[in-house]
Amino acid sequence: MYDKTVRRRRVVLGLLVASSLILLTAYFGESAGGGLHSVQRGVLDVISPIQEGASRALKPVRDLFGWTGDTLDAKGQLKDLRKENEALRQQNVTMQAQLRDDRQLRSQLKLNQTAGLADNAPVAARVIGEDPSLWFDQITIDKGSSAGVRTNQAVVTGQGLVGKVSFVWSSGATVTLITNHDMQVGATVSDTGVKGLLAVDDGHPTQLVLKSLSSQDVVKPGQTVVTSGTLSKVGRFPSPYPRNIPIGRVTSVDDPGQDDQQAHVRPFANLRRLDIVEVLTKADSS
Amino acid sequence: MRPSIAQLVVRLLILGALTVILQVTAVSQIEIFGTNADLLPLVLAAVGLLAGSIAGACFGFFIGLFLDLALVQTIGVSSLVYVAVGYWCGRFRELRDPQSALVPLAVGGAATAAAMIGYSLMQFLLGVDGPVSFLLAREILATVLLNAIIATPVYAIVRWLLRPALPDDPRRRRRRAYTTGGLSPLSRA
Repeated sequence: MYDKTVRRRRVVLGLLVASSLILLTAYFGESAGGGLHSVQRGVLDVISPIQEGASRALKPVRDLFGWTGDTLDAKGQLKDLRKENEALRQQNVTMQAQLRDDRQLRSQLKLNQTAGLADNAPVAARVIGEDPSLWFDQITIDKGSSAGVRTNQAVVTGQGLVGKVSFVWSSGATVTLITNHDMQVGATVSDTGVKGLLAVDDGHPTQLVLKSLSSQDVVKPGQTVVTSGTLSKVGRFPSPYPRNIPIGRVTSVDDPGQDDQQAHVRPFANLRRLDIVEVLTKADSS
Repeated sequence: MRPSIAQLVVRLLILGALTVILQVTAVSQIEIFGTNADLLPLVLAAVGLLAGSIAGACFGFFIGLFLDLALVQTIGVSSLVYVAVGYWCGRFRELRDPQSALVPLAVGGAATAAAMIGYSLMQFLLGVDGPVSFLLAREILATVLLNAIIATPVYAIVRWLLRPALPDDPRRRRRRAYTTGGLSPLSRA
């Protein structure tokens, strides 16, 4: 019984292997029009409709798996794209900051050339601290006494006057902005030469007002106001700032032609967005 | 042919045809983890484990032949590979009679690896140009892993389909193996 079974198993295996080899050899040996190829074509004729039907019937299953696979792939891609997006965002932020710095430095250079500030030994400084309150009137810069910064030196940006140095240490300084309530700047209307004192507009922390005007002084909206540059510390219009630094533009005039007339001035410099400033470490020589 | 063997043959023929059609029309087009599952070695391994070496070898020959015909491949290549795989799975069951629940998984994975490597070797022997590459090895490994994952449910389905036609209850295999010295269950039918 055992021998018979083993023999039968071996015979069956041998027959199957031999059949496979014969089929393989015959298939290789014959031409495309041979018997096995014809059988293959005949079988295909029979099973092709079955395959087509099965393919259609199983399409929802394929779609389901395909959708699942696509979703998983999309999740993986989403993760990668988020990482890439984050990196690009960081890069974008850095480049925007560099671009802003570049614009400010260019405008500062232009101001240095047009207002002749190069003679005032400007020292570029980065703003490292800002007053967070509504009465935005003070900033901190990263250049101090070691860079030649001293108190009462004028601080400008490419747009115009910002304020003056109020406190200095070796590696930094505090700048009081022109919108501070204690600040008064001797100013001149550039095209008419009318002089006055510029101070913060009460109730409008980002606006300035030109005071101490006489009734003969004619001030009109749109005129540019610059620093007067008076050097005398006991004069009527004390100004530690070099002359002709742009400050702002007249927006309106209250009580024109009266003794108490005053002009409202909007500063050129955006005092709430200061990144790079210049400290004029040398006063006018004249 | 005795009724039980005839019933088993019919079921195996239907199972083989359905498996090949399912593989060709659906499973081969479903990509999971960058590869496709291959039901043929899994079903073949299950048949070998359930019905023995002769049934496994015959089933392997049949599905190999059907596959070669359906895919217009060189007739005999798949048959030769699957005959060997089916026979080996059946002999493994006859000699070892494993009872562990992990057997379908292990045998399914091994059968898949053997079938894929065997088929690749046959292709090389037949002169198909294609260097043995890391990509090929990775593809084989991925398919083996995927097949190992689905081997157990495939085995359960095949057992469910074949059980009424099997010569005896698989739960009695251990006693039969002891009394017959590890012969095919078909020999007792």
